[in-house]
Amino acid sequence: MLRVESVTKRFQGLVAVQDLSFEIIKGEILAIIGPNGAGKSTVFNLITGTLKPTSGQIFINELDITGARPHQVASKGISRTFQTTSLFDQLRVIDNLMIGYKWRTNLGFWNTLFHTPRWKAHQAETYQRAMETLDFLGLAEKHDQFVPALSQEEQKRLAIGIALVSKPHILLLDEPTGGLIQEETDRVTDLIRRVREQGTTVCLIEHKMQMIMGLADRIVVLNYGKKISEGAPAEVKSDQAVIEAYLGGEVHA
Amino acid sequence: MFTKPIHTKLLYLAILAAALLLPWYVPDAYIFQIVTMSVLYAIAASGMNLILGFTGQVTLAHGAFFGMGAYGVAIMTKAGIVFWLALPVSALIAAFIGLLIGLPTLRTRGAYFAIVTLCFGVIVWIVSGNWIELTGGHNGIFGIPRPSPIPVPFFGQIEFFTQTGMYYLALAVLLLVLFALYRLVYSVFGLTFMAVRNNEPLADSVGINTYATKLVSFVAGCFIAGLAGGMYAAMMGAVSPSAAGYMLTFNFLIFVILGGMATLPGPVVGAFAIPVLMEFMQFLDDYRMLIFGALLIMVIIYFPMGLVGGLRRLNQKVAAWRQQKFPESDHASR
Ligand SMILES: Nc1ncnc2c1ncn2[C@@H]1O[C@H](COP(=O)(O)OP(=O)(O)O)[C@@H](O)[C@H]1O
Ligand SMILES: [Mg+2]
Repeated sequence: MLRVESVTKRFQGLVAVQDLSFEIIKGEILAIIGPNGAGKSTVFNLITGTLKPTSGQIFINELDITGARPHQVASKGISRTFQTTSLFDQLRVIDNLMIGYKWRTNLGFWNTLFHTPRWKAHQAETYQRAMETLDFLGLAEKHDQFVPALSQEEQKRLAIGIALVSKPHILLLDEPTGGLIQEETDRVTDLIRRVREQGTTVCLIEHKMQMIMGLADRIVVLNYGKKISEGAPAEVKSDQAVIEAYLGGEVHA
Repeated sequence: MFTKPIHTKLLYLAILAAALLLPWYVPDAYIFQIVTMSVLYAIAASGMNLILGFTGQVTLAHGAFFGMGAYGVAIMTKAGIVFWLALPVSALIAAFIGLLIGLPTLRTRGAYFAIVTLCFGVIVWIVSGNWIELTGGHNGIFGIPRPSPIPVPFFGQIEFFTQTGMYYLALAVLLLVLFALYRLVYSVFGLTFMAVRNNEPLADSVGINTYATKLVSFVAGCFIAGLAGGMYAAMMGAVSPSAAGYMLTFNFLIFVILGGMATLPGPVVGAFAIPVLMEFMQFLDDYRMLIFGALLIMVIIYFPMGLVGGLRRLNQKVAAWRQQKFPESDHASR
């Protein structure tokens, strides 16, 4: 569904991602793990067009999207969240979601100015889809609140919701449970499972090994920007290269 | 989705009535002219607010675009083109030049846009004072005709030879601009402006073409400035470089910030309240600017949404009080 082909990213002297190839398969939950600084977030930035690869290519369903701008990638049905929770914190919860759905609609300047029938239909559709997503996130009764009034976990859910509201084909989650306690982590993990059950393909970056082993169908392991292992959780766990990388670094990556 | 509590609507109705009846209770020609100018400034400042307040792009050339509208109407009407054509054409010229400025500068984030518009504003002001063949230099252009009367079936015609006629024209345009802005801003489309202001990388990642969004906002804001400038020329009957100057930009900036950024009434309130304040502080001479500077900093720190933001906080208290007293009456929001 999404294919990364020998992608390399250099920052001045530093090679953040080196000759990386992998694929995200329709319907799966793929996890990307690796020690801090391994280049995981950089991979997301490369896929979504936030960064341009130094070399290599990225395809969505055989369509080359290498070097496309972020909003163009998004409109191909690739949504993402950021490692540090990123929200429209000056706006209400419902506004955050409606913004996320906008590209699916025809709500442009002239339609809005003249309140055309199409505007009415799309505006209503956007509102409805936003409320539906809030229900799914368990945030429906908070729709009218401003973002700072939400708890940390609720903010993480909302960030996922902003990416999810436009019904993407692939959802990229960068450490969706970072900074959460066990109980909250479990709830967010459950949410990710339900996202996949809905038919959205998920690729997530995680630090929490235990959580990943129970959640992911496949795992890609990065170390110093290189792929050192790939496979089912059980295979990866017993891979000598992975054990070495993790014993050399931190136990929990 | 975006409704207002009932007492706010009543307040707006009262203000509208007061504005419509103004010529009956302000007979003093000098004050009347100040009020009419405030209406024009309110239009221009509302355009600036779209760019600065709602979209978060610091434009420092708004006076220049006002000036383009003013000189456009002055030059065209002196050349025999009717005002009713000259006005939209001038505003379109301002919008088009805005597009040319925005295309290279809005691509990136950061201070680049602010710096370029600041320089552009000063350049336009200098050009307006020195391109004598086109602008008449420092003397400007005189004898600009008033708009021609509009024939109305069965009614006669609407004339603009009097101050009152111009006032109603300006008021009509202000209401039209506010109505258009209301539709644009309180909609999903308008949310994209605020998304760009609030978190551009996130807006980008959820499929919003942030560059195009900033361009639309800037060009629309410049168009509105051009409209206001064009009416200014017809009303004053003369334009000079001060109608395109950077001092004008700073006045608009003060109206927007003190009145209330990213609120629709803010720039209007600012455009009416600040000139009155200025008038009262006449005796302070140029030291007024010192006081405004201090005021500006205070407002930015303590009332980021200006006068209107402060009033809204009060309003929310009233709404909460109403809800306590009449629990199942209207549900207040915004
Ligand atoms: N925009 C950037 N400019 C320079 N260096 C960067 C940039 N983004 C990431 N890096 C570097 O690339 C490496 C990989 O970073 P990152 O992808 O964030 O790692 P991870 O997400 O696996 O912890 C780090 O050494 C980081 O400092
Ligand atoms: Mg990271």
